[in-house]
Amino acid sequence: MEILIAILIGTLFGGGIYCLLRRSLMKIVIGIMLLSQGANLLVFAVGGLVPVTPVFALGESEVPPVGHADPLPQALVLTAIVIGFGLVIFTIALLLRAYDAVGSDDMNAFNQTDQIS
Amino acid sequence: MIWLLACLLVPFITAVTCLFCRRHVNLVRVIGVSGAGILFFVSVMLLSEVLESGYIVLQLGSWPAPFGITLIVDLLSASMVVITGLIAFMVAIYSIQDIEDRLVRSNYFALFHFLIMGVNGAFVTGDLFNLYVWFEVMLIASFVLITLGGERDQLEGGVKYLVINLVASILFLSGVGLLYGELGTLNMADIAKKLADAPNAFSVTSSTMFLLAAFGIKAAMFPFFFWLPASYHTPRVAISALFAGLLTKVGVYALIRSYTLIFNTQFELVQDILLFLAAATMITGVLGAAVQYEIRKILSFHIVSQIGYMIMGLAIGSALALSGAVFYILHHIIVKTNLFLIGGLIMRKCGTADLKKIGGLYASMPLLALLFFIPAFSLGGIPPLSGFWAKFSIIKAGLDGNHAIMVTVALLVGVLTLYSMTKIWAEAFWKDAPVGKSEDSNKEPGLLQNKLGLSQVIPCVALAVLTLVIGLWSQPLFILAERTSQQLLNPDAYIAAVLERTTDAPIVTLDN
Repeated sequence: MEILIAILIGTLFGGGIYCLLRRSLMKIVIGIMLLSQGANLLVFAVGGLVPVTPVFALGESEVPPVGHADPLPQALVLTAIVIGFGLVIFTIALLLRAYDAVGSDDMNAFNQTDQIS
Repeated sequence: MIWLLACLLVPFITAVTCLFCRRHVNLVRVIGVSGAGILFFVSVMLLSEVLESGYIVLQLGSWPAPFGITLIVDLLSASMVVITGLIAFMVAIYSIQDIEDRLVRSNYFALFHFLIMGVNGAFVTGDLFNLYVWFEVMLIASFVLITLGGERDQLEGGVKYLVINLVASILFLSGVGLLYGELGTLNMADIAKKLADAPNAFSVTSSTMFLLAAFGIKAAMFPFFFWLPASYHTPRVAISALFAGLLTKVGVYALIRSYTLIFNTQFELVQDILLFLAAATMITGVLGAAVQYEIRKILSFHIVSQIGYMIMGLAIGSALALSGAVFYILHHIIVKTNLFLIGGLIMRKCGTADLKKIGGLYASMPLLALLFFIPAFSLGGIPPLSGFWAKFSIIKAGLDGNHAIMVTVALLVGVLTLYSMTKIWAEAFWKDAPVGKSEDSNKEPGLLQNKLGLSQVIPCVALAVLTLVIGLWSQPLFILAERTSQQLLNPDAYIAAVLERTTDAPIVTLDN
């Protein structure tokens, strides 16, 4: 299972970076989404993928059962997903405005601020 | 303790109040400026408390240290919070007249204070994931601020700024995730302790490099700096002054925290990399500035080259070098914000920031020339001004540590810095005003009013006077920087301060 998730993370990162290096604005959004999903999955997977045993103390015992799943990465990933969601929405809105202002979705047209005046 | 919470709560409450009062433009201005003033007072109180007690530690929710989120203020954090408060106050005053009603109605002051809250949060947190969250708070506010005017250049610069910073956040998150997988903790002090105990900590190198790249992007270090000169000259002057002063320095702060505390035991591993990056950052930044003819673009490239000096101080790693780096950061924030604000005055006076279109300012406004002279030549490192002491201590530390190449680079870059400052001086102030004054051409929107308001001049004068005072009477600030570097070089005290109350708590180990 871990190895599958690892391959998936690698694919997401690779695809994300490929999309980021393209010139189209739309592909940049897709690239950022893929990268952030890859990072979320990475954080989720480093906690260890433990099936069946949640971190609940069962019955009378005070401590959770041995070999339980680590809940912290899941909490971290939830935070990261929410932040990533907001950022992607903002990115899309900004790229849309920028597309209107520049009149092109080609990154090569976005060179006005770099020019030596 | 109360001051620590207040330095986060004051900007938050101010921002929310500004959101509620958004219809009453002048009321929002009053709230925004007074909130920043209160924050400055609070941060000074925080520093004085830290000077007495050494560390202020707050375990949020009373969870014992490695499990809950820790807020901790040491001297470095406290000095950064004070300088943030000062800059916020000065820029808020400058904004009274510089930011017109339309932008105030688009929640300028609310975003301003959310940004300050994010910056302060990043300085006081003692938890790596919490640092990520504060970075995001800061970034989201800065994304909106940089595109607030909605002009073409701002949107274009905003896209570049946004995309590279999102990539940095993703790298940061990946690094944090890998580190947690390796060590099972996110508390900075606890990470440092576990790394010190583990002899073969080589496997955390990947996350060290992730974090180096992430913080390097935020700090505009050598291979990652191109977003900064592409975006910092586009927003309104008050906004770019705030960004120029504070945002990159948060990245530098995170780097200092990483390599003096978190990855302290792996410092030798990255020292050569940091030295190389510092030299490359200095050279590329200053050469980039040399070809530019727009005031704010020149200043933006100089941020990059100055970041190199701070990284050099960190990379040399001796006590003198670290205190030099801390002194450099404090001096640089004041001077750079001041230069951007004065650049704004010049733009307001002449209607453009293009050096080829302006001139003769020395004849028409000698006081403005004097005002520009002080921070510009402080940045270049002319002796009685504050930049000299900053450069001097870092170069002295380089000589002591036998880093001959670094010292040569630093001196050369100092000369080139002076070259671009004299370029602005000669072009804007000494040269005759170009014939056929650019009345019709190239008036940038929002700059139609040619008179300088009192509220715009006061912060520039105050910061320039502060630069002079630091230069002529640098002893107190240098003692502060020395005490800070002693604290930084003694991470065990930091670790003990964070973890002390948890020694009798039950130890839970996760075996996965």
